[in-house]
Amino acid sequence: MVDSNLVLWGQTIAYTFYCLVIILVMAWFAYKITKTGKGNKVKPALFYTFVGFLTVLGVSLHIITYNTIPWTPVDLNRGDYTPDKTFEITVANHEFFLPAEKLVIDCNDLVLFDVTSNDLTYGFGVFREDNSMVFQMQVVPGHRNDILWQFDNPGIYTIRSTEYSGPRGIFMILKDAVEVLPCEGS
Amino acid sequence: MSFKNTFINGAEGLFKSDSLTQIQKIVLRFVVVGLVFYAFAVIEGMLMRIYAVDSIPFISTDQYFAILTAHPLVGIFGSTYALVFGAFLFLTPYLMKKPLYSVKLANWALILLTSGVLLFWIAGFISHYAPLYTLYWPLPADFSQFSVWGGTFFILGIAILMVGTLFFIINIFKTIVYTPEGWEKQPAAALFGSAIGYTGLKNMFAKKENKKEHLVPLPVAAIARGTVDMVLNTGIILFTGVLILVFMLASILGFDLKETAIDALLYKNWFWWGLDLIADGLVLIFVAGTWYLLATMITGKKLFMQNIARAALLLELVVSWTVWSHHLLSDQAQPAILKVLSGEMVTAFELITQGLAFFIVLATLWSARPLKMTNPLKFLLGGLLGFALAVPAGIMQADVGLNRILHNTQWIVGPHVHVAVLVGLTMTLYAAVYILFPIVTNGAKLYSQKLANIHFWFHLIGGIGMGAFMGMAGLNGMLRRTLYLDGEFNTYMILAAISGSLLLIAFLVFFYNIVMSIGLKGVIGIFTPSKLSTKELLPE
Repeated sequence: MVDSNLVLWGQTIAYTFYCLVIILVMAWFAYKITKTGKGNKVKPALFYTFVGFLTVLGVSLHIITYNTIPWTPVDLNRGDYTPDKTFEITVANHEFFLPAEKLVIDCNDLVLFDVTSNDLTYGFGVFREDNSMVFQMQVVPGHRNDILWQFDNPGIYTIRSTEYSGPRGIFMILKDAVEVLPCEGS
Repeated sequence: MSFKNTFINGAEGLFKSDSLTQIQKIVLRFVVVGLVFYAFAVIEGMLMRIYAVDSIPFISTDQYFAILTAHPLVGIFGSTYALVFGAFLFLTPYLMKKPLYSVKLANWALILLTSGVLLFWIAGFISHYAPLYTLYWPLPADFSQFSVWGGTFFILGIAILMVGTLFFIINIFKTIVYTPEGWEKQPAAALFGSAIGYTGLKNMFAKKENKKEHLVPLPVAAIARGTVDMVLNTGIILFTGVLILVFMLASILGFDLKETAIDALLYKNWFWWGLDLIADGLVLIFVAGTWYLLATMITGKKLFMQNIARAALLLELVVSWTVWSHHLLSDQAQPAILKVLSGEMVTAFELITQGLAFFIVLATLWSARPLKMTNPLKFLLGGLLGFALAVPAGIMQADVGLNRILHNTQWIVGPHVHVAVLVGLTMTLYAAVYILFPIVTNGAKLYSQKLANIHFWFHLIGGIGMGAFMGMAGLNGMLRRTLYLDGEFNTYMILAAISGSLLLIAFLVFFYNIVMSIGLKGVIGIFTPSKLSTKELLPE
């Protein structure tokens, strides 16, 4: 599965480029409207083209991400997949309870994290050693909170609550709680 | 004029509070209240920016989260609502060319808004009540971390504020439809239909000869349609407040309602539906309406494609009722169909409706070239840029795939929320303040154009800069609504704090400029009763 870092990198490039372009366009526009010039009337055709462009852009973003971000179809159809490993995790009183001290995962295994809250709404996130996020989900009491993930990068990962649950929530961190074993042949 | 003289009497002594009508005074009171609460929000924001770098000795962690809870509420309800109420209580009768329905109701709206915000702010400050701005503490409420009494007063403050909001809503709709004394009977139903968009909708399916004219000007239609969302969210927030209050009162009386918990996911859906009517409803509609008004006032020309603009306002209203699910893309129990349809697809319509408003305003401005770069124009362009940056950021996070790695990170609250609110919304409101200033003050003069320029550049750079650095931290994994005790993201947070300080300086410069424009005497005069008994907006 494509690493979420790669997706974030792509997003950073795309959004930064867009920001620079729109700032320059607005600066150009602000300069031009203070000057006299020909063609003051904007043709309706330009307007309809712009609306059409936005429509295509808005819809195609989701089609592209569905087809390029591998966890999206897995997430939406996770009932169709059989996990290689399942971890049942409980959260209560601002504390994670794991099935083992360390969750050991074979590289490229499809893992199901099934997290249950016994009281409040929490979050469940897995983070790399440099604090960047691998993935997260909400943990809502009274409902099943499960996520499938394929780890293809060996390493040590931290579990952290990603939802505010009062001041006590900031301590909901399990450092080095997940270990992904080296991939075969690496 | 000497500094002392200007400070007391205002720039060139032009502002005379005695010349103000009742409505002008109410509008200016709303503006003063809005700016004071904005100062609260900016100072709170700055404290939190510093706290994100390193703890502050006199602020405990509990206090920090209480500030985090009060900050957006004071910003949105205390500041933005006050400025919007003031502006629209003036603009609705001004554009409809009739007196405001009730001066008394407007005054009560101001009193309730001010006292409601102060009450919840004080309750939070004293008791450290911090279930965060959504009030969405999945029921049953957690009383092990928070004082039940603090929560009770906090919710009471919200309820008082919502009653004030209802008074504003009644006043707006009554002003549109009522018949002033001595006037020919007004077609109330037709006016109401035109305001909320029913006439326009019917026209789309009517033959050319049966099409009805729009009785209500376009900005008033925007005010009315945004107010429809305000009615709905006020009802939801009030109901939710009462619901939480039931849990709190039960706890005070010694009963524990924990076992009768309301389904947490259902509650989240319910609350986000209501709350999103502000963020993705009335804010966007009011902003689009204000852009249209500003564009026509600045250029003196008709709005480009105004029928489309009117239809888009109705579309935006319908869209705002159906987009809430983008807040629940990381809730695994939320049905996938809701995530894709409401969370992704309908939300993408906001790119279209806001993009369309953006284009219409630019085309209207373009048609009037050459324009003088006045304060209203430059702040309008800043507001347009703010939304041009923030809306696509929102569309990106409203994606099932990307939300998995963006939800609850600083990305959400930086490039999306703060850029939308501080750059998009606030700069639009500043544009309205600058353009209405001479009208509602009967010709007072701005003290310093240089200070207005500093206000503009510091606010624009500070707002975009803060959003950008928070966004970079978010993309690197930094969560919102938490603290990093080992300073993991300090580089970004220091840069965000420097940007935030520009926002604070911008506000102080603006506030000083306004006080020097109307003088201390003028500020006090705004709060004394009007000597003019007329119900008219402006002195005859």
